[in-house]
Amino acid sequence: MTPLLQVENLAKYYGARIGCTDVSFDLYPGEVMGIVGESGSGKSTLLNCLAGHLKPDHGAVRFATRSDGLRDTVTMSEPERRMLGRTDWAFVHQHARDGLRMNVSAGGNVGERLMAVNARHYGDIRDQAIDWLGRVEITQDRIDDRPTAFSGGMQQRLQIARNLVTGPRLVFMDEPTGGLDVSVQARLLDLLRGLVRDMGLSAIIVTHDLAVVRLLADRLMVMKDGHVVETGLTDQVLDDPQHGYTQLLVSSVLQV
Amino acid sequence: MISVENVSKSFTLHNQGSTVIPVMAGASLHVAAGECVALVGASGAGKSTLMRMIYGNYLTASGRIMVGDTDVASAAPREVIALRRRTLGYVSQFLRVVPRVPTIDVVAEPLLLTGTGADEARAQAATLLARLNIPERLWGLSPTTFSGGEQQRVNIARGFAFAYPALLLDEPTASLDPTNRATVLAMVQEAKARGAAIIGIFHDHAAREALCDRQVDVTGFTPGLAA
Repeated sequence: MTPLLQVENLAKYYGARIGCTDVSFDLYPGEVMGIVGESGSGKSTLLNCLAGHLKPDHGAVRFATRSDGLRDTVTMSEPERRMLGRTDWAFVHQHARDGLRMNVSAGGNVGERLMAVNARHYGDIRDQAIDWLGRVEITQDRIDDRPTAFSGGMQQRLQIARNLVTGPRLVFMDEPTGGLDVSVQARLLDLLRGLVRDMGLSAIIVTHDLAVVRLLADRLMVMKDGHVVETGLTDQVLDDPQHGYTQLLVSSVLQV
Repeated sequence: MISVENVSKSFTLHNQGSTVIPVMAGASLHVAAGECVALVGASGAGKSTLMRMIYGNYLTASGRIMVGDTDVASAAPREVIALRRRTLGYVSQFLRVVPRVPTIDVVAEPLLLTGTGADEARAQAATLLARLNIPERLWGLSPTTFSGGEQQRVNIARGFAFAYPALLLDEPTASLDPTNRATVLAMVQEAKARGAAIIGIFHDHAAREALCDRQVDVTGFTPGLAA
């Protein structure tokens, strides 16, 4: 099996400061990888470099495109990268309002992404929008409401629907359950797990919540000060952490 | 089916003066298909540690752990994931689930992951839950609020949902009443009969006698404790 994403020696500097450095990994189809670390550890910088939102200073991010096999997304042209961002990639922001158009209806938010890949038939677009809103448990009677009229949890689910409607193969998530209360988090976790299982998605999830990665991620990468300090199978890293920082992180979690 | 060859492990506690605790050395053990082997030894001798090393959630420092064709000690994460999906099952003492997911879906998940259709998976999960005396009115609820014994039975149902060729059982009969205990023993016997290689930890003497073909005392693998 060939990897879906191949990252080699990726680095991003902010002047003299390290954003992230020496990051290398392969992600295979159907795998979910978690990236954990404290604030400022470089996990969001890394995610943004992978997703093409930031230009890395060094290294390669090769993605298995449908037509031409592995292509370095760092050196490909801007239109090509944008096309990936609309089709095979999805990005779920921590704050739903960063990933939604707040003054467009819920149905419009989902439909817009379909139109970006040349869907033109109004009835089809609306049917698909209804289908996806249903999958994320937003009832059909809310399709014409704007996201401003939605709760935080609903906005987050709408953002997920908008992102997944085009059938992406790789989803980047930045703290997808952050800022939501725990009962809403649980529902979202279940939803994400079901989508990953049924659609065979690969995903990279940045979070500081170890309970979230234990339930969602197959693999884990632990970052500190821009460096990857430990990687491995999620339950292995959490149950038998090798690096001092990971041991500290795992032992700092409050037991409920 | 399962072959542990000269395996060792130690824990390094970086935040407690970098204390190094050797916990396992020279551990070897072989389990054939259709065989059930009990790990015995005093509490703290390393029974669960060895079991976790075989499952891959503890790293192995040296040696080989073959389960089927995969060496867990050196396999990449995705190989271990594939192994756990179709080959190696594990019934732990603790149930870990996404909150608010109905019990029946918790039990059906291993089947869904291996390609069984949703209706068929739920039907099989229902059969298992009924066999383990989980009342049907609880199937639609999350097991997080269940009693200890009920959670344990949900855990067993989930662990036996898919017919893994290799099974690890950590105290499967603990906290069960006699009726359910008998059911679980019968399920382990059936797994043996269909050819599963099983490694178990049983503090329940009678269960061990009834199920296991051999015992392996892990005290012999514990550095500093070996006679």
